[in-house]
Order: sequence, then structure tokens, then C-alpha cells
Amino acid sequence: MTANLLRTSSSNWLRRGTVFIILVAMIVFFSTQSERFFQPANLRNIIEQNAYIIVASVGVALTMILGGIDLSVGSVAALVGALTAGLITRNGFALVPALMIGLMAGLLLGAINGALVVFGKLPPFVVTLAMLGVARGLTLVYTEGRPISGLQETGYRSFAGELNVGFPIPVLILIAVLVTLGAWLLLTRTRFGLHIYSIGGNEETARLAGVSVARTKIITYALSGLCAAITGIMLTASLASAQPRVAEGLELNAIAAAVLGGVSLFGGVGSMFGVLAGVMIVGVLSNGTNLLRISPYTKQIIQGLVLVAAVSIDMYSKRAEKR
Amino acid sequence: MEPLLRINNLCKSFPGVQAVTDISFDLEAGEIVALVGENGAGKTTLMRMLSGAITPDSGEILWTGQPVTLRSPHDAQAIGIRMIHQELALLPNLDVAKNIYLGHEPHGAVPGTINWQAMYRQAAEQLQKLDLDIDPHTPIRNLALAQQQMIEVAKALAQNAQLIIMDEPTSSLTEHEVETLFSNMRGLREQGVTIIFISHRLEEIFAVCDRIIVLRDGQFVGSEPTATTTPSKVIALMVGRTVDDLFPRPRNIVGEPILEVQNLAITDPAQNVSFTLHQGEILGVAGLVGSGRTPLAETIFGLRRALKGRIVMSGKELNIANPAQAIEHGIGFVPEDRKGQGLFLSLSVGSNIIVSLMRLWSRYGWVQWPKYNEVSNRFIDRLGIRTPSAAQRVRNLSGGNQQKVVIAKWLTMEPKVLILDEPTRGIDIGAKAEIHQLMRQLAERGVGILMISSELPEVLGVSDRILVMYEGALVAEYDARRTTQDQVMRAATGNLEAKGPRNDSKSTANFVV
Repeated sequence: MTANLLRTSSSNWLRRGTVFIILVAMIVFFSTQSERFFQPANLRNIIEQNAYIIVASVGVALTMILGGIDLSVGSVAALVGALTAGLITRNGFALVPALMIGLMAGLLLGAINGALVVFGKLPPFVVTLAMLGVARGLTLVYTEGRPISGLQETGYRSFAGELNVGFPIPVLILIAVLVTLGAWLLLTRTRFGLHIYSIGGNEETARLAGVSVARTKIITYALSGLCAAITGIMLTASLASAQPRVAEGLELNAIAAAVLGGVSLFGGVGSMFGVLAGVMIVGVLSNGTNLLRISPYTKQIIQGLVLVAAVSIDMYSKRAEKR
Repeated sequence: MEPLLRINNLCKSFPGVQAVTDISFDLEAGEIVALVGENGAGKTTLMRMLSGAITPDSGEILWTGQPVTLRSPHDAQAIGIRMIHQELALLPNLDVAKNIYLGHEPHGAVPGTINWQAMYRQAAEQLQKLDLDIDPHTPIRNLALAQQQMIEVAKALAQNAQLIIMDEPTSSLTEHEVETLFSNMRGLREQGVTIIFISHRLEEIFAVCDRIIVLRDGQFVGSEPTATTTPSKVIALMVGRTVDDLFPRPRNIVGEPILEVQNLAITDPAQNVSFTLHQGEILGVAGLVGSGRTPLAETIFGLRRALKGRIVMSGKELNIANPAQAIEHGIGFVPEDRKGQGLFLSLSVGSNIIVSLMRLWSRYGWVQWPKYNEVSNRFIDRLGIRTPSAAQRVRNLSGGNQQKVVIAKWLTMEPKVLILDEPTRGIDIGAKAEIHQLMRQLAERGVGILMISSELPEVLGVSDRILVMYEGALVAEYDARRTTQDQVMRAATGNLEAKGPRNDSKSTANFVV
């Protein structure tokens, strides 16, 4: 079994290799430019600061491989963050039940997205754009536009801390790794994962082959909602409060990371490690330009250029491989 | 013993068309049966009913003696009927084994997981059964088309299909690949699988099939064992009717050459196409779907590049790279896909008519509406377009009137050459006759008309001369007054040498069997 799997995944690995090469090249570049870059503390920082984007991107990438999109992740993250914080501070919930309700809420909102796409036959772009507005609005209503704080004594903060498993490991990084691994297993080892790829490849073919398209879609959107909920909890933990305007524009970062990581905007193609590398490219770029004291204004220009350049290199190498 | 499949009195109509009328026949286990008929004879409708894509209006389908209702492709697949479409339904980014077992993956030990080992092993076994030397890990996109075709067969067999319907499986295969496919088909017959083979190529049908079922105008007209019949007999059954005199005559006197096509190669491998279109002439192009008629038209109109050859108009060689240049030279093109390519469905009748004029007539970018309104109203009158006003959306017009709008658009440009691809497809009889009249009138004013049509009565009735295409080549040329449907059909199915004079054809086209 492993032999078979290694073979398929290794070929994908090579095919998707350019994104990792770009990442390594950037790390090498910044290491030569700033001695503070390649320090354990700085590297840890980069990963920890981007952990929540990784989780959100995993969810968005799932919907993109399915041939759809999820624009609502930032808003859903904010709503779940506010909801969990509110349940604890206003309603006196214990941490675990509050988090459970938060995660359920994320799943539910995602499932609503999926149901509207499937049964309402609406374009995913429109459905999730609407959800982006609705979930943000609900967050503002629920928080009355003010941050919810008072989480210091509740243990919520421990998600932004460290877990000692013989050596200390930041919990945010642990969560990001677990989510990525889980999604990778789902996509590469399960029927459900194969069905996601097949629907993204050609929905009609999948339907004719007996794949339950409706169920697969709804569950995939629900999973994206779940990832968004986890993102919201991670953000609330690191900020020690639920901010009503947190994670605005997160969906665009997530889509950019997924595309950088080789996920096709037309569906059917993509891998979770590619997405991981995509997030890290953006993270390394941001961190590196900071260390080089490049102004935040210029930084945005560089980011846009790198996105186009990286995707171009990837497309070019794919075309070259086809010949 | 019960036949594998028996259909009794199957009927299906669509709005305005009786597609299939009262068809009955049996299929035995382990035979290869060809299904033939002209375009529009009802083959597709019948096969879609058998594969569960549409349901019959009346009649019954018996599967091993039991009546079955096929409401979806799932139902058909569940009892063992599987259709392989011309457009293959494979996922190019997934590998062979995943494509074969998609939707029917072997379960793994953990619920929800796949037993990959079993899947790749079983896939390898299926491929071996079909004598295919393909690694089940190969992504579909890396396979040749013939191999992909066979993966579809493997997919069908993996789900225990007993009846496989193949819709034009050879249309994009090379000769060698066709041979491989046929030997595989014979192997399947040995295993008791029944195959319905749909093809326009009679030679292939005679090479591989046991029996030929012929449809005409939605009806069953015969079942002929290949061992005891001949291609001529089958063609006679397919055509089986005479040209009605619905069509406008008499013919006018043909003028000077206006468009000369010289050694044009439109398909690979290259086939040289040469012909001359004269002023005031309607030149019909017959041939089956996929014979290269539309690519020929698209090449002349600049939608695709010729591999080689020259197009000469009124003595000057043209180098047409895009439709805009073709239009400048006075060539118009009424495409086959009226709604997709010919019209702006959401715009008004008037806008559709004058859209090409805008480029010529706008002053500093400003649209001159009064002038346009006058023009569009004039054409609405002249062509008898039935619409409440020029402001009506084209979407709301009938097919015949929509087609008149497309033609009107070209007439505003006063073309010297007008190419019409299937000008009357899906149009009712009355409007058809009007469009034929219109073409004749244009010809009388000196326009050279190139008409592509799949309807033989139309080709014979409307044209002055007829060109026949087969597999990208021009194989015959006939005087429309002195030929028969039978003769044209024979040429269009690559059966020229069987009988019939090849006319004093000026075409230099190589002859393909």
C-alpha cells in the first residue's frame, strides 16, 4: 500500500515542486540579507504568526479543489471568536462547551453555504460573498461593535501558549500542523477526498460515476466553515479578546496562498502541502521585508509582484512539463 | 431464451419533433450491433433512452425478460447498461485506477477510506483483461485517445456492464488504434458482452459488427446481418426517400468565379481541398458530422488557420488571419450554433442587425441611432422577420426568425460571399422554405453562397453544385440536378468506389476509403 501511495504522491510532489523551490529560494535570500532572519526565534515567529492563515487556507483550498470558493472564512472566524468569548464572559460557559458551540457554529454556517450552493443552485462566489456580509454583520450586532475581553482567567489564552511534549511546542503551530495533516489525509486517503477531486475535475462525470455530489459539496463547505471556526478561536486566543473587525480580508490571503500553492481556480487540482508552502511564502516575504526595513507601503507592492511571479513560474514549469 | 434486451414500441417526442416513433428490436447477449441512420434519424435519442438520460414517452424496455424503467444513468448502470460518449467522461488529472473505480471504490479497513492496494490491483487486472499495457497509476491526461477510450471500457466492465453503447468511438482514432479497439470489441463479445456500435463509417461497421440496425426519420426500417447484406443496401435503407420539390427552382446562370480555394489543408494529416465558387451560385457542402465541413468554413472566414493552401477572391490572394479581415473582404459567415455564435440573445432585434455596421458608421465613437433604426426596420421588412418591433429581444423570437436576424446582419454588410453552416437546423418547415428563398434571391443578385448542410434533401434541393467531404477531404463533386441522395450518401460515408460515376470532378482531392 505504501509503495503505491508514495508513487502517486511523489509524482505530485515533483510536479508541485516549484512552489517549494520558490520558498527555499526566498529563505536563502533573506538569510543572506539579514542575519536576524535565519534564527530559530524568528522562524518560529513566522510560523506562529501565520498559523491561523494556514488553517483558514486549508478550508478555502478544499472548496477550491471542489471547484467552488469560500469567501466567508474571515467573517465566520470573527463570528466564532466573538461567540466563544461572549459565551464565556457573558453567559458563564466553561471553556470547552463554549469552544464546542463555536466549532458547531462554524460547521453550520459552512453547511448553509453548501446547501445554498447545492439546493439553491447559486454560484458559490455569490453565496459565500453573502455569507461574508451576514456573518460580519452578526458579529457586529453580537459584539455591539466593541471588543469582548476578560478572557485572561479562563484558559482561553492557553491556545496561544506552549505545550510541553518533552520539548515546548507552540499550540498555534500544533493546531495548524494537525489541521493540515488531517486535510491531507482526507484528500489523499479517503473516498471523500477522491470525490472532492472528481467533482472539481468534472461534476457531471462524477455524478455519472455515482458520486453523491450534493453530499460531498455540503460536507466540504461545512469543513471550510469548521476551519474558519478554528481560525477564529486561534485569533481570539492570541489577541486575548474577540475583536469584531478581526480577520477582515482573510479570504483574499487564503485564496492567494492556495493559488500560490498550486490549487487551481477551476477546481480538481491542488495539495495541502502546496497550500502550506503558499502561506509560508507570503509569511516569509512579510517577515523578511520587515527585517530589511522596507516600508509597509512598498511591501504591498512587492507582495503583489511576488504573487504574479510565483504563479507564472509555476504555470510555465507545468507547461514545459507537458511538452 | 430471453434476449438480453428487448424494446417494444418506444416513442419519444420533443417540442415540435417526433424524434423516435414506435421502435422495436431485440439484442442478444454477445453480439456487436451497429446502429446507423442519417443525422437526425433518432439514433441519439434512442441511445439516450437506453442509457437512462431521458425517459421514453411510451413503449417498454425489457432487460433479460423483465420490464425496467430507466430514470437516470444510475438506473441503467445498475442493471448493466453503460454508454460511452464520444466526448469521454474521464477526469484528466486523476490516474487510471481512480477513474475506473470512481464512485465504486473498494472499501478500506477504516470506514470511509479506500483499499488502495485492492483498487490498483483490480484496475491492473481489468487492464490486463483488455490486453492493455498501461500502468494504473498513469494520469489520464498522459494517455493517447485510444487508450482513454479503452479506459472507459474498463470502467464499464469494472461495474459489470453487459451492454456497452459506444457512440462514434472511432471518430478520433488512428487506423491502428481502430484495429486495437476492434480486437478488444471482439474479445468482449467472446465474454458475452453485447455492444451497440454507432458509427458513420460503413467499412468499420462491416468489419466488426454482426448485425446492422437502420433507423430513418425516427423509425426502425431494418435489421440486416452484415454477412448477407451490402453497403449499398444499407445506404438505400438509410436514405429511402426521394427529394421533394419543396425547393426553389429554376436555377440562374452562374457568373464569374468569386472565391477560389486552392489546395487548402484544414486537418492533420493534411488533405487538399480545392474548389471554386462562382457569383450567383449556391454551392452545397455535404458530408457527415466531423467530415471537416465546419473547419473548412471557419478557415475561409479566418476563425482558424489553414495548414497550407491559398484562398483567392476575385483574382487576388487573400491572407485572412481573423474574421474582421474576412468581413473586410466581403465574406460573411452564418455559424451553425445560432444562439452561441450568431446572436446576442439579450440584445434587441435591431441591435443584432446593425451590430456589424456600427464600426463603419459611428461618428467619433457616437452611435447614430436614427440611421440604425431605419436600417434595421428596412431589413425586418425585407426578410419578413416576424417581431413586434426592432426593440424586441432576439431571445423571444422563434428559431426561424432568429436565423433571419443573423442573415440580416450579414446583408447589411453587402457580402460578396456568404457562408451558411446548417442554415435551417431546428427550424420549422415554413421558415425553412423562406430561408431557402432568401438564399436564392441573394444568389440572383450575384452573391456566391457556400451552404453546409447535413440534410440531404436540402443539399440536393437548394444547391446548384454539391461538394462532398469525407474525413477532411473533398471526395466528390456533383451537379445537383443530376445526382441522387444515394450517390451523395455513398460518397459521404466513404463508399465511393462501390458504385456510381465520380462525375467529371475538378477536385484534386485524394480519395479516402
